[in-house]
Amino acid sequence: MSKKPLPVVDYLKIPDSGDPYLEGHKCGSCGAIFLGERNVCSKCGARDKMQAVKLASKGKLYSFSIVHRSFPGIEVPYISAVVDLEDGATLKGNLIGVEPDPAKIKFDMPVEVVFADALGRKDREGNSYLSYFFKAKA
Amino acid sequence: MTDAYVVGVDMIKFGRFPDRTVPQIGAEAALLALDDCGLTIQHMEALYCGNLGQASGMVGQRILQLIGQTGIPVVNVSNACATGATAFREAWAAVKAGLYDCVLAVGVEQMGKGLLGGAGGATGIPKEGLLGSGTMPAVFAEAGMEHSRKYGTTFEQFAKVSVKNHHHSTLNPKAMYQIETPLEVVMNAEMISYPNTKLMCSVNVDGSAAAVICSEKKAKELGLMKRAVKVRASVLTSDPWQERDLVMPDVNSCTRLAAKKAYEMAGLGAEDIDLVELHDCFATAEILHYENLGLCKDGEAGMMIDTGAVALGGRIPVNVSGGLLSKGHPLGATGIANIYEVATHLRGEAGKRQVQGARIGMTHVIGLGSACGIHILEKA
Ligand SMILES: [Zn+2]
Repeated sequence: MSKKPLPVVDYLKIPDSGDPYLEGHKCGSCGAIFLGERNVCSKCGARDKMQAVKLASKGKLYSFSIVHRSFPGIEVPYISAVVDLEDGATLKGNLIGVEPDPAKIKFDMPVEVVFADALGRKDREGNSYLSYFFKAKA
Repeated sequence: MTDAYVVGVDMIKFGRFPDRTVPQIGAEAALLALDDCGLTIQHMEALYCGNLGQASGMVGQRILQLIGQTGIPVVNVSNACATGATAFREAWAAVKAGLYDCVLAVGVEQMGKGLLGGAGGATGIPKEGLLGSGTMPAVFAEAGMEHSRKYGTTFEQFAKVSVKNHHHSTLNPKAMYQIETPLEVVMNAEMISYPNTKLMCSVNVDGSAAAVICSEKKAKELGLMKRAVKVRASVLTSDPWQERDLVMPDVNSCTRLAAKKAYEMAGLGAEDIDLVELHDCFATAEILHYENLGLCKDGEAGMMIDTGAVALGGRIPVNVSGGLLSKGHPLGATGIANIYEVATHLRGEAGKRQVQGARIGMTHVIGLGSACGIHILEKA
């Protein structure tokens, strides 16, 4: 079984050649960026103006929480982070490369979008998944 | 259009009732509200019932099967944590429109213990702890940290909200808990999702609340004006588009929009409000809403909690019932329980926690997803 991993969300793209990336859909009328495919813009209501765009791979930490209690089987603690990418899109994900300590986490700290296996999680058919993470820059 | 009045309103003491059914819990509050104004189910021309857990279970009809099957129209309402407020508003709207002169609104919920929030989709793998967190404590922690980044709000200031609301609940016999929680106890409680500790998360409880709403003509005809409370404003909003709301449910803009509309509808301003019951589902959330509701200027919320302006006896007491943090948060009942609390103060019947001279009060709830319901009430 050397199947390639599946994307954890439909806006994570794994091309046959080249690096994985995150895809947004940008409104041609107002510029709003959405995650996932859609035809109508919920900011301005424009129809059929959406264009797929490759999202930036760098951004800044906007907000966060350090999660100490989650659902059964989910390893804690981890940092749940809201990140503004350089192109204006906003994403949520795990922040890695920094200790889960409020004193160590700074608003606007630069982060990089990295891709890695989804913490070993597999679906019922045994498929592996590729996920994205925010890596704090040293 | 006629004015609409709350003539009867009550709630049960919140708690955990695993041996009772949802309709049983709801029926108790319905009867209490009828008793509060001395009316019977035969006076009611329609029922608006809010419940989340059994949203497809015809809870309103099953309540009538317990307290009187008079054949009236029943509308079952589900709108996340704004469910109760939405049921109340639908009842109010029907009276305002002249459809009915006397209607009943009930909110009821039976809750499980534990964390609320989505663990991800049904297919693939769980996303929780992989793509951040979708648990409610984390979502509201992130909303609070957004306030921290703007204004430097501290963990201690968020924690003080819980100290205040737990203190208030010691004066409310209908609250789930009546326990003082000093600052160090709140801050040292189990960390759930920084900066929200366990004592900064609302309590999952079972509960119900109900209100009887009448047109002005009917309230006068029935001789119920003496304790009547006028609904000066009823507003419901959904979440307007915000740049981060794909990943960060926004409780601010829908509240600001609702507050603006409510003040306009009532023809008054925040300075006229004597007490507020707002949606403190987490301590971090309460801080945001001081500003969202215009109780202070943007950036002053930390000062509001530091100076005690929002405590009983302060300039604008907030959540004197103990709030969702200590009174408890039975989702579908919360919106009407808030109406009960404010109405009780306006009637001067709030006992030890009475806000002296209260004439006008505000209730606020947020259903994540999102819905914001605001009501402004005034002593008739
Ligand atoms: Zn647009």
